[in-house]
Amino acid sequence: MIRSEHVIELAYLVATALFVLSLKWMSSPTTARRGVRAGEVGMLLAIAGTLLHHEIVDYTWIAIALVLGTIIGVPLGRVQMTAVPQRTALSHAFGALCVTLVGTAEFYLKTPDVPQFMMAVLSLEVILGSLTFTGSLMAAGKLQEVLPQRPITYKGQNLVNLSLLGFTLCIAAFLVYHPEQKYLFPLLVLIPLAFGVMMIIPIGGADMPTVISLLNSYAGLSAAAMGFVLDSKLLIVAGALDGASGLILSINMSKAMNRSFTNVLFGAFGQEQASAAGAEQGRSVKNATAEEAAAILAAANSVVVIPGYGMAVAQAQHKVRELFDALTKRGVDVKFGIHPVAGRIPGHMNVLLAEADIPYDKLLDMDEINGDFPQTDVALVIGANDVTNPAARNDPSSPIYGMPILDVDKARTVMVIKRGMSPGFAGIDNPLYYLDQTLMLFGDARSFVGSLVRELSGS
Amino acid sequence: MKLDLMTSLYVFMLAGFIGFEVIRRVSPLLHTPLMSLTNALDAIAVVGAIILAGSQKGTLATVFGTIAIVAATSNIVGGFVITDRMLKMFKASGAKKH
Repeated sequence: MIRSEHVIELAYLVATALFVLSLKWMSSPTTARRGVRAGEVGMLLAIAGTLLHHEIVDYTWIAIALVLGTIIGVPLGRVQMTAVPQRTALSHAFGALCVTLVGTAEFYLKTPDVPQFMMAVLSLEVILGSLTFTGSLMAAGKLQEVLPQRPITYKGQNLVNLSLLGFTLCIAAFLVYHPEQKYLFPLLVLIPLAFGVMMIIPIGGADMPTVISLLNSYAGLSAAAMGFVLDSKLLIVAGALDGASGLILSINMSKAMNRSFTNVLFGAFGQEQASAAGAEQGRSVKNATAEEAAAILAAANSVVVIPGYGMAVAQAQHKVRELFDALTKRGVDVKFGIHPVAGRIPGHMNVLLAEADIPYDKLLDMDEINGDFPQTDVALVIGANDVTNPAARNDPSSPIYGMPILDVDKARTVMVIKRGMSPGFAGIDNPLYYLDQTLMLFGDARSFVGSLVRELSGS
Repeated sequence: MKLDLMTSLYVFMLAGFIGFEVIRRVSPLLHTPLMSLTNALDAIAVVGAIILAGSQKGTLATVFGTIAIVAATSNIVGGFVITDRMLKMFKASGAKKH
């Protein structure tokens, strides 16, 4: 006879398979939407199966909560594309909140009879969950600019953070052997909640891609830990997939910023701020008007556009699309070179440019585009700075030496749209601006690109 | 219990390897939608919250369970909606405009 447990287990099994397929189909833009469908079906199956669970006796609160969650979820899914970074951070916070609450309730239901292994994973679950919760809220606040974006550092910051973490782990270890000491448990939630805040305080805007990926990974691992506590294979798999995804992204991001992975794990970002600014003072830059720049662009055969966070801030992506159209119409080959850490989350630039209707096969990542620069007539940098700094390649004394960059300095002409000569996030001067083939186009990214478009369509 | 634990560890390990292999192949083009999708999938934690909220094991369990369902459901709905919206925007050259 088929019992409800079997139905549930089968639904979970199918859901697990669909989740793996969902991620597999994300490998290419042509199959990615199928991946979303697979994920949705898997999710529905899993929830429907769970509702048959024999322990559930009252559906009132479940129904209310599901409806309420949907009401909150729909506007969160409909935010502007420019708000995607903070939305992503917020959703990490929600995921972590769910895991922390369930873990806490499980502890109080089970204490004092908590087996040692279960207590260990339960501790891991609530520690990771709580620090991800406040950490992600802080990140979302910084991205939404309700909190100051600049890093706030003080002496002994790492020591304070590490001692907080160490203290928490000691309490967790003690609870593993004495799960009946339930008055200690709130500390496992409260200290990591504080730690989450402390962890994000020293982080500046440009380090957000790494941090968001790392929080993503933490959220996944805490969900996997919850799977161990509840003995749910489905949850273990989903958590492991999310954890792996976040981990891969954080490794990519830290490589792209030339930081060691331990540096990332301890949340020690933005600590080695350089004071090299001003070293290049006295050298002159060449600037050009929109008219002159448009003439050079119109005469080019190939143009590579390098977008950065400045393009997102200026909301210039739609004007960039107009420029793309105007140049393409004249037979100019236009491509985009995208650095992995351009923007505030991994893939940020791609989403903004896709929103502006730029075909995705024109969006190339760093490794794909770098070989093209020597044959490129014009490299047009819009709102990017440190990722184009040749000092990372040839000046061992530079604080960003070794960071992989876009080799725009190898193009025949370099144009940089920039508000003024202020240094980038890392506080480092960019020798690119003083090269013979570089033209500085001073102004707001959106209006300057707009004038370029007008010049091109007028002549 | 011990056997269950080992099985769970095996599941975790294998899922981790699958995750690495599958996600390594995701184009950097789609890293933002990837993140919102994994976030929606991760909200599968809702199944634990549902059982907690519905099993009448005391006020704490019901209240925490209910809030947890709200948080997870908003991630599921919001995550899938925005992932699909983003993916809809990615078009190849020569594709029809909407």
